[in-house]
Amino acid sequence: MTDTALGTPGAADHGHATSTGISNTKLAMWVYLGSDCLLFGSLISTYLLLRHRSVGGPTPEELFDIPFTSVSTFVLLMSSLTMVLAVSSLMRGDVRLNRIWLGTTAMLGAVFIGGQVYEFTTFYREGLGYTTNIFGSAFYTLTAFHGVHVSVGIVMLMSMLVMSFRGNLGPERSETVETIGLYWHFVDIVWIIIFTVVYLIP
Amino acid sequence: MTTITDNEPAEAPVGHGHDLPSDAQYVKITLILAFITVLEVGTYFIEEATTTLLVGILVPMMIVKFLIVAGYFMHLKYDNPIFRRVFLFGLFLSVVVFGVMLTTFGFFSSDFLQILR
Amino acid sequence: MAIIERSSDILALPPGAGVARAPMGVFSRPRAKTGWRSWVSTVDHKKIGIMYGASSLFFFVIGGIEALAIRAQLAAPGQKLLSAALYNQVFTMHGVTMIFLVVMPMGAAFMNYLMPLQIGARDVAFPRLNALSFWTFIFGGIFLNTSWFLGGGADGGWFAYAPNTGVIFSPSHGMDFYAIGLQITGIASLVGGVNLVVTVLNMRAPGMTMMKLPVFTWMSLVTQVLLIFAVPVISVALFLLTFDRLFGANFFNVQQGADPLLWEHLFWIFGHPEVYILILPAFGIVSEIIPVFSRKPIFGYPFMVFSGIAIGFMGWGVWAHHMFASGLGPISVAAFSVSTMFIAVPTGVKILNWMATLWGGKISFTTPLLFSIGLVAMFTIGGLSGVTHAVAPADTQQTDTYYIVAHFHYVIFGGALFGFLGGFYFWWPKVFGYFLDDKLGKVHFWLTLVGFNLTFGPMHILGLQGMNRRIQTYRDGYGFNFWNFVSTIGAFIIALSVLIFFVNIARSKRGAHLQSAPGPDPWDGRSLEWSVPSPTPEHNFDDDPVVVHFDDWWHRKYQADETGRVVKVHEPEEIAMIGDGSRAHLPAPSYWPIVMATAFPLIGYGLIFNLAISFVGGLVLLGSMVGWALEPSDDEDQLPHGHDGNGHDDGDDDHAAPAAEREEVTVGD
Repeated sequence: MTDTALGTPGAADHGHATSTGISNTKLAMWVYLGSDCLLFGSLISTYLLLRHRSVGGPTPEELFDIPFTSVSTFVLLMSSLTMVLAVSSLMRGDVRLNRIWLGTTAMLGAVFIGGQVYEFTTFYREGLGYTTNIFGSAFYTLTAFHGVHVSVGIVMLMSMLVMSFRGNLGPERSETVETIGLYWHFVDIVWIIIFTVVYLIP
Repeated sequence: MTTITDNEPAEAPVGHGHDLPSDAQYVKITLILAFITVLEVGTYFIEEATTTLLVGILVPMMIVKFLIVAGYFMHLKYDNPIFRRVFLFGLFLSVVVFGVMLTTFGFFSSDFLQILR
Repeated sequence: MAIIERSSDILALPPGAGVARAPMGVFSRPRAKTGWRSWVSTVDHKKIGIMYGASSLFFFVIGGIEALAIRAQLAAPGQKLLSAALYNQVFTMHGVTMIFLVVMPMGAAFMNYLMPLQIGARDVAFPRLNALSFWTFIFGGIFLNTSWFLGGGADGGWFAYAPNTGVIFSPSHGMDFYAIGLQITGIASLVGGVNLVVTVLNMRAPGMTMMKLPVFTWMSLVTQVLLIFAVPVISVALFLLTFDRLFGANFFNVQQGADPLLWEHLFWIFGHPEVYILILPAFGIVSEIIPVFSRKPIFGYPFMVFSGIAIGFMGWGVWAHHMFASGLGPISVAAFSVSTMFIAVPTGVKILNWMATLWGGKISFTTPLLFSIGLVAMFTIGGLSGVTHAVAPADTQQTDTYYIVAHFHYVIFGGALFGFLGGFYFWWPKVFGYFLDDKLGKVHFWLTLVGFNLTFGPMHILGLQGMNRRIQTYRDGYGFNFWNFVSTIGAFIIALSVLIFFVNIARSKRGAHLQSAPGPDPWDGRSLEWSVPSPTPEHNFDDDPVVVHFDDWWHRKYQADETGRVVKVHEPEEIAMIGDGSRAHLPAPSYWPIVMATAFPLIGYGLIFNLAISFVGGLVLLGSMVGWALEPSDDEDQLPHGHDGNGHDDGDDDHAAPAAEREEVTVGD
């Protein structure tokens, strides 16, 4: 039975060992992202439902600083660009450039998180605590879930960098970086939705 | 050399049947996304915009940005269709299920779905 | 959680290139093949399946004792066996235990053990994640049940309607344990779901196309797809509840403008797919048992598959039928009414197909088949009473009465549990290498059937008479006395039947050496798990099986001769794989999954009692992530020289490329 095409050593091994020819990890990432759609779907619709139901306290219109958030949005968008550049540079075998782009992506992500921390503290000073009203609970929960996703992405990017400097991130591993990229872009996509639905549409 | 390729842990980008975009193309795509974002932010400065108008402008732009990122940056346009199916199934479920849920709450009723309440 | 597994292969260094033998200097690589160490460190899907089964039976006993307490309290009017507060906790924990800690893991037991065997794989796609999933589940279950000793169990019903479950109405820590405990088991389900979906899609043997998959594997796939999409919704709902209770958020605080229907929607958007998550594995099991004992292939295989998929799809469009009495508005009610009636169609297709499979077959009435027929009959009753709920005006009468209790016990006990019990008798020889006694099994079946109908049949009547569910007691003179008493007798008959099941296990195990060995294929089976020795060797298949037909194993044994008559051409013993395992290469065991899983209950206790414990839990989580990532999924000392041609079996994509070769790649950059 080993002498069939798929059972031959070597040919059976890497790349096409799986039934579909795609790697387990990449498929698992996509399945996970599909599942995450429901997570953010629940959170966003909860927010939409509750944001105008507050009995008192600051309202979204009083607090949102659209120009500031727009800058954050641009930062995250740019990090998506640097992420694809990281993937494509590694596919070409340019390990040095790959490090630069990975580092830039992580840094842009960190800037975004910093912006979020700044936004939260500003809102808190203006009187919106987590328990102040129902808008506060919903807003902080939704954006914090997104922020946690970004932070997890930063940790993954940093571990990529560590691997790269230890000489373990060559072009043969470009798919690993691509898979992390998928996660990163998904987080960006979620922000595209949050930016429109939460911030821009009153 | 052949033994090495045989035993490489990760595949070369097989499955990307077509060529992925070049770096220059990625930059162009990002510029398009940035341009749409500028338009989005621009709506904030329209003084007399109603909610319905804003929804009508912003939601299509959001969808376009979503599709561009998913299609080009996440390679869904080029990659194995199974990824597309898995992801779109989750997305579809999320949109439909929560759309229905918000409808039963009368969320859209201020505009045109009054009848459903 | 896929993230964690991936980082394992990212960060895994080439063996011998600076990797400490004991990652982080904590554990040496586990090597034990027997004893408790082999169990806590295993990544073998079969051992994990057995542990899922054993723990689900353990929780079954706990949930059963709670059920008996309920029935004892209700045996006669005005009893004071349980106080009202305790009664609330007992029925809540009964429901939570039976659903999340019994039926779900029992399905996971069968899926873990059988699904890789049925698709011809050597393990699941991510063996260590599989272990993580099991340990997270069991710690979550234990966490939930420790609430009994830490201030009382959850008392808001298994669907925990907020704001009734907020701190004001439920001030004990019970609901915190509920919210965090289910969150933990949810993590387990999500990890397991991603893992098993990838396994079915990606790890099939050569020739095993999707439309040749056994029905059980198909139903497992649908179940896991439902799980990965349903779990995030309940996760969000539980997060909101937890934040409300512990941090004073306002999601369900009506004074602050909250809408109490939000919880109901989120819960049932998860909750309705959940009931299919409970039942579909059992449907898969009977779809394997009935053809074998009718000696006919399953009738209408594609219909079987597509009706399963249809149930999976439509299960997302019916959730609001749990909320007809909540004031949704007439249009919503009408829409959900119709969709609920429609979902009976694919279920009916399945029932028809099982009966058509039995029809004209050479039936042998073994215990597994009896339980399967029991499922078909009992589930039909439960399904029909379900259709009566779809009729909204009737449902308004039935809501929150014992009629509902009767309905869901007919589908979950009469459906899921009957299927699983049949599955136990069917696959026991495959798993343990000896048969369960068939005579005692038949006693078990008939007692279960009688006890089950005595317990839950009368509840239809009680419900229509107007007896509330979840009521602690009732007055004499309401006309509830007789049927409640019958129901209690039935419950104790079920308890007796469960006892007989355990006696059967113990006696069969003790008498195992007197039995004739079952051989690879005791029932003249049809799918691939019967092509390997019993009990299944650790490596499953000596070589990747090559699949040509649906029911491929059966086709290898039977072929048509010149006249077109089907005759047996091979005895199973001749063509079964002998199981020497010399060409097998298995993922190495690891302690990290169990270590990582301990972090979750620690974080949970900390959130409830003292954040310092959470901090410790967080450290355990981080530390075990690093340890996990630094430990290669292959044991470098146990690797065969060169490559074995079965590279995909380790699944982690972390292939055993010998160090020298990988070094060359790096140098070549």
